[in-house]
Amino acid sequence: MADKSITVALAGNPNSGKSTIFSNLTGSRQKIGNWPGVTVEKKEGHLSAYGYDLTIVDLPGTYSLTAYTVEEIVARNFILDEQPDVVVDVIDASNLERNLYLATQLRELDTKVVFVLNMADMIEQRGLKIDGEKLSELLDVPVIFTVGNANKGTQKLLSAIVSIAETGSKVPPVRRVHYGKDVEQCIDEVAQIIDEEMPDRPYTDVRWVAIKLLEDDKVIKDRLKHIDDSVAEVVLEAVAARRERLRGLFDDEPEIVMTDYRYGFVAGVVKEVVKTISEHRADMSRRMDEGLTNRLLGIPVFVFFIWAMFQITFTVGAYPMDWIEVGVGWLSGQVSRLLPSGIFEGLIVDGIIAGVGSVAVFFPNILILFFCIAIFEDTGYMARAAFLMDKVMHLIGLHGKSFIPMLMGFGCNVPAIMATRTLESHKDRVLTILINPLMSCSARLPVYILLAGAFFGAKAGNVIFSVYFLGIVLAILMGRLFRSTLLRGEVAPFVMELPPYRVPMLRSLLIHMWDRAKVFLKKMGGVILIGSVVVWVLSSYPKTVTYSVDYEARIDQLRSRYALLMKRVSGTPREVLQQERDKRIAALEARKASETVEKSYMGRIGKGLAPVLEPIGIDWRGTVAVLSGFVAKEIVVSTMGVLYAVGGDEQKKTTALKSALRKSGMTPLSAYAMMAFILIYVPCLATVAVIRRETNSWKWAFFSMGYSTALAWVVAFVIFQGGQLLGFG
Amino acid sequence: MKLSELRQGQRATVVRVGGNGAFRRRLLEMGFLRGTDIYVEKYAPLRDPIELILKGYHVSLRVEEAAHVEIENPRIGGRP
Repeated sequence: MADKSITVALAGNPNSGKSTIFSNLTGSRQKIGNWPGVTVEKKEGHLSAYGYDLTIVDLPGTYSLTAYTVEEIVARNFILDEQPDVVVDVIDASNLERNLYLATQLRELDTKVVFVLNMADMIEQRGLKIDGEKLSELLDVPVIFTVGNANKGTQKLLSAIVSIAETGSKVPPVRRVHYGKDVEQCIDEVAQIIDEEMPDRPYTDVRWVAIKLLEDDKVIKDRLKHIDDSVAEVVLEAVAARRERLRGLFDDEPEIVMTDYRYGFVAGVVKEVVKTISEHRADMSRRMDEGLTNRLLGIPVFVFFIWAMFQITFTVGAYPMDWIEVGVGWLSGQVSRLLPSGIFEGLIVDGIIAGVGSVAVFFPNILILFFCIAIFEDTGYMARAAFLMDKVMHLIGLHGKSFIPMLMGFGCNVPAIMATRTLESHKDRVLTILINPLMSCSARLPVYILLAGAFFGAKAGNVIFSVYFLGIVLAILMGRLFRSTLLRGEVAPFVMELPPYRVPMLRSLLIHMWDRAKVFLKKMGGVILIGSVVVWVLSSYPKTVTYSVDYEARIDQLRSRYALLMKRVSGTPREVLQQERDKRIAALEARKASETVEKSYMGRIGKGLAPVLEPIGIDWRGTVAVLSGFVAKEIVVSTMGVLYAVGGDEQKKTTALKSALRKSGMTPLSAYAMMAFILIYVPCLATVAVIRRETNSWKWAFFSMGYSTALAWVVAFVIFQGGQLLGFG
Repeated sequence: MKLSELRQGQRATVVRVGGNGAFRRRLLEMGFLRGTDIYVEKYAPLRDPIELILKGYHVSLRVEEAAHVEIENPRIGGRP
């Protein structure tokens, strides 16, 4: 009791209700981060009880403690390296046999363990009875029954944690798996060699190291080599000989044989502690699946749920979106009034408020979308969605669970990429993230509407649909390409548990939603802020432009001429004159704005890059628009508005812009090539930032930017040049 | 006989799991052991993957993956 603090690690199978136990223990005082070096979520919480400060660390949910998945390695390394005072194993009591498999592995580690038999209320419903005392006696661990969803048993668990932490010595693992005579002999031999060869190894438990080595555990092998290469060689050679011997005896890999023994041990325990008291089972979940994964109804119902999710996201989300838009407008109005007009005001209003505001409007949509996703996850429907769609996704070399993120991409790629966290395999995640921007997000739609509307008239709808379709086809092709090159390796096996449906708890839904939304706010806010400032600087500097025409003088001239003319008349003719004057002034101002952008750094870069985009039918104005689209795709439209010098209110502007585009020398073919380019090229700033965060590497973020732009150019080139050869345009 | 040859509503006993190391290990850890009873609950609407019941829980497996699981004594019924 020297430092009065206890570190507790929560381990357990996925779907065992571990995160519910975690929030029951810690309440809302939790910290979400990533485990170092990997993108596995790390949750940590604190509480005080019985005079101790407890730190609760939620380990990733795993079925086992082998070293096959990142989650397993993370969970195991934490127990080995950080040596938590107590490990709590959360066990789904209604699924005891499979859950005890992990428990036996935890018992093999040199650590204090408490078993939590969660979802105790389900035991009786399934017609079973579990003898907790017997289990505790057989495995020599404290056993606590809890009902996570009803917050039952939390206090008992806390006192069990504290009391086991207080008993100074580690509980000797007397009851453990016995691997049979031959394997045990090998374990003893290897343990002895390790003991002799490596007296100052970091692990005290030689038996465990010997078991892991006999199982050919990569992580442990590497660690031994890291400590002392030459000694490790001796040990590993001895291990290899034993593995060979076991292979000969059992006609199978030693790790398989040992898994068999563990399950045999578990089966023995289950036989002793579980009694079937009734054959009658209420299996609501199974009955629900008769409809929800039904051969005929399953997919239509799934499509309906997805449709409902988007409807709610965009219709309900539209209201707060409007409020935020109004709020941003009001704010920039107030700021412009307060600040003296000049560079500083421009930076704040046009740079920061406009830039951050353009992303902030998506916040309500993102909240709602994540709330829906949390419902899918917490009820257990997400696993069914993956079950239904796996066949389709497997064609691209992806897992069924990738379907939801891909679909969300049509709304906005930022939450879509964040939703890839539900994927367990790192390669699947990276692949899903890389092809996600090919799902045409809603910000790109205004650009298509403008271009298709200007050049394809009544056929615009079909043309826009074909652009979306092009994105899907490219996603399939690129998915297959990446899977067979960069992210080679088998698709993660689809060994996926379909857990029973559960009624979600509102609190946990809100926590899930907020955890992700918070990330969006924080990280996007930072990157968007910087990006908006950079684009603003590039497009509004240098300030000292020598215009081809002295616009101010021309405007003054117009004013005084019209003033004279208007003096002579009154009534309607006077109003007509006034309107004529305003129109001519607006035209001059628009031309001035256009020239300002043309001569800004952004314009110069655009002109410099124009030769690169010329072969795909995009002129320097299109180039500047495309560049500005890096901040947010919808900005392409407003930039073109400025460059083609159209003025007037929104409605007239669009019509004017369309006719200006038609006069500019663009053809339907070059418009289509540009749409394809906009679809594919570099993801917007917020997406790049989220790719960087979710892959935990700048490498993938830059790769995504590079490959998409190169692909965009090639596709647009084929469309434009190919189309010209075929005589279109 | 392969697990992938079973039809909905059939039950069988596991003989052996094949395939590569990691896949095999995962399946064994999930309880696909020799002598374990497996019940085919249903096929997904697109005929792939399969939903199975073993050791009292539901798990899904792709058809090509189920082909690595050797089974014996296929029989009808005994809906768990």
